[in-house]
Amino acid sequence: MEVFDQFRDAGRVKSLLEKINKMVTHHWVIMEICGGQTHAIMHYGLHELLPPEIELVHGPGCPVCVTPLELVDKALAIASHPNVIFTTFGDMLRVPGSSMDLFSVKAAGGNVKVVYSPLDAVKLAQENPEKQVVFFAIGFETTAPANLMSVIAASAQKLKNFSILTSLVRVPPAMHAVLGSSQNRVQGFLAAGHVNAVMGYWEYPSIAEKYHVPMAVTGFEPLDLVQGIYMTVEQLENGTCEVQNAYPRVVSFEGNTAAQKLLDQYLEPCDRQWRGIGMIPMSGWKLRSEYAEFDAEKRFHVEAIQTKESKICIAGQILQGLKKPFECSAFGTLCTPTNPLGATMVSSEGTCSAYFRYYKRG
Amino acid sequence: MCLGVPGKILEIYESNSLRMAKIDFGGVTREACIQTLPDAKVGEYTIIHAGFALSILSEEEAKETLDALAELSLIENELGSEGF
Amino acid sequence: MIIVPITPTFEGPICPLPMTHHDVIVMGHGSGGRMTQELVDRVFKKYLSNPILGEGNDFGQVPSHPGRMAVSTDSHIITPIFFPGGDIGKLSISGTVNDVAVSGAIPLYITAGFIIEEGFPISDLEKIVISMAETARESGVQLISGDTKVAEKGKVDKLFINTTGFGWIPDKLFIGGQYASPGDIVIISGTLGDHGIAVLAARGELGFETEMLSDVAPLNHMISSLLQAAPHTHVLRDPTRGGLATTLNEIALQSHTAIVLQEDQIPVRREVRAACDMLGFDPLYLANEGKLIVIVPESESFGAMEALRRHPLGRMAARIGKVQETPKDRVLMQTPIGGSRILDVLACEMLPRIC
Repeated sequence: MEVFDQFRDAGRVKSLLEKINKMVTHHWVIMEICGGQTHAIMHYGLHELLPPEIELVHGPGCPVCVTPLELVDKALAIASHPNVIFTTFGDMLRVPGSSMDLFSVKAAGGNVKVVYSPLDAVKLAQENPEKQVVFFAIGFETTAPANLMSVIAASAQKLKNFSILTSLVRVPPAMHAVLGSSQNRVQGFLAAGHVNAVMGYWEYPSIAEKYHVPMAVTGFEPLDLVQGIYMTVEQLENGTCEVQNAYPRVVSFEGNTAAQKLLDQYLEPCDRQWRGIGMIPMSGWKLRSEYAEFDAEKRFHVEAIQTKESKICIAGQILQGLKKPFECSAFGTLCTPTNPLGATMVSSEGTCSAYFRYYKRG
Repeated sequence: MCLGVPGKILEIYESNSLRMAKIDFGGVTREACIQTLPDAKVGEYTIIHAGFALSILSEEEAKETLDALAELSLIENELGSEGF
Repeated sequence: MIIVPITPTFEGPICPLPMTHHDVIVMGHGSGGRMTQELVDRVFKKYLSNPILGEGNDFGQVPSHPGRMAVSTDSHIITPIFFPGGDIGKLSISGTVNDVAVSGAIPLYITAGFIIEEGFPISDLEKIVISMAETARESGVQLISGDTKVAEKGKVDKLFINTTGFGWIPDKLFIGGQYASPGDIVIISGTLGDHGIAVLAARGELGFETEMLSDVAPLNHMISSLLQAAPHTHVLRDPTRGGLATTLNEIALQSHTAIVLQEDQIPVRREVRAACDMLGFDPLYLANEGKLIVIVPESESFGAMEALRRHPLGRMAARIGKVQETPKDRVLMQTPIGGSRILDVLACEMLPRIC
């Protein structure tokens, strides 16, 4: 693992940061669209080490934050069923619905279990044949194959008591929505390295060209992040708009084609609501009708729920990089990680939570 | 959405018709699904996300990246020393 | 005809002819009557006896000492109750010994209350009591009072233990979070997160395996050595629930100072790092049960480090930061690449994440 550890090497990172400092001549707005990168940037304090000319904004790259309110409320309704074991990634446990969250359903006696992997949920279904096991399948393209594996495993074991509640979203339509907005300020993009590990980056050159926005496929270690920023700034200074790969040890142009085949076999694109942003056409995935038996929304017939979003929460504007968390009147006062008003304060990768935890100064 | 970590494949086997592997993360081991990496071998590194292997981690590419960055330093240092 | 007296209790009816041998705890063991006495004799007194307990009263009496008394109480609930490196018995004695010892007091006496679930195997209870006796012997404390209650099946998760410990603080020592002062050095006695990861692995819910052991241990002897070498130590605390980050935040708030840490100096085992990377956890928020935070004036920091490293429980001791005046009430982390971030308290339980 030694060679991979070098991507955390402080000396190399500092050296590359110096180069960025020397190179930059203009103010540039660069967006990353991955909650994991938001977290890593804050965790290492990278935002402090970049020259003031570089403004990093954080896009709608946290699937926890963008899961639509209606779906969270449906999850809460299903989780409250006495015969259901509701399984979820830890990230979703405290995301506020219209009136409560999964954590409070659990506290009230609901059988809510946090799992590390969707396949653990399938194990639970195997071990509890008398219960209905539902897995909250959220995520971008990175997580879609893992989520699908649960359906494949359940199907192979002929389990009749397993289903998934899907909120799968795709990055390219979100990029179009951000870059195509009349209020867009983003000039360069860091593409989410693990999304690209699955999907490759063959979808991106057309986006880069359409909006004249250079991109770098970027990883998550400090050296990866700085290299992605370096490459993007270099392109911005030179006026080019290509898609470069700053994460070649993990990402290839075509990506994981076997995973893409699976996604195509089981899922079809659909319109999706993005919490705080609204409907982005063809930005989501749903299970194809031949796999409807694994679709929890069909199995549980949850009626359309009247949703109620906090009026003060400006998560949508933050997710599009239009506002920063400290421009929100509730930031750090009414809205904190222990009492979140919106999803961006809950997930530790949500922009508001990251700013609260790392930026909170006296 | 991207918490993926490198892990070394210790063992490959089938379980419930899925291609699985025992992965070593550095003193911690766990099972993960490598269904979409049919060419993955024992001893190779993969990126694991939510118990699922996304891709092989290439040592060769990693070395090339590090070498390229080192060369960049060297060029800039040389240019710097040539000036003034 | 044999007449057997029946003693009514307020804890429910007892069998007039109780069976004398049980493999598991039954309700009668908590009745206060003969069965309770048999359990006490068979398990507790067998391993925990001393002259004070031997007096046989509902209270333990001990001579007084001059100076300030330090008292600490803790209730111990842990799953699983047997984990790699220890068990709830060792945890309960160590935890309370440590909470008393960080005042600068020599822990002398301890009490223990047991709330046991009906059906709990007596052989397990025995193992736990043996563990408590060993830990008490190791740390030099005497158990001077105890209590046993039994709860119906399902009302308690196997076994809960409450321990209260006390000792006397030497007059010259003033140790507490409020005394942290700008210029002080922050030291940790060893690697972080061992207990948290060992217990998480033992629970099995997240499916990972490791050979990590909990670090659970009584620290009072190491603290004695430390205080001989560094008698002007300002703060001692063990970073248990909430981890190093939460504990340092408490100290920063108590003393209205800032604590600045160097991330590349903080010792974390590779297994803990690996588990945290995989799950998305931060080792600075994991529980430790055998580690000590020491905040000491710079002039005594070298002596403190030497004393810790000489002790078997402090071999991996490291200087990890400094106390500053500002920003008040905050803990800051200097990252290896030269950036910084705020280190906040743990908001709520860490959960495995995908983001």
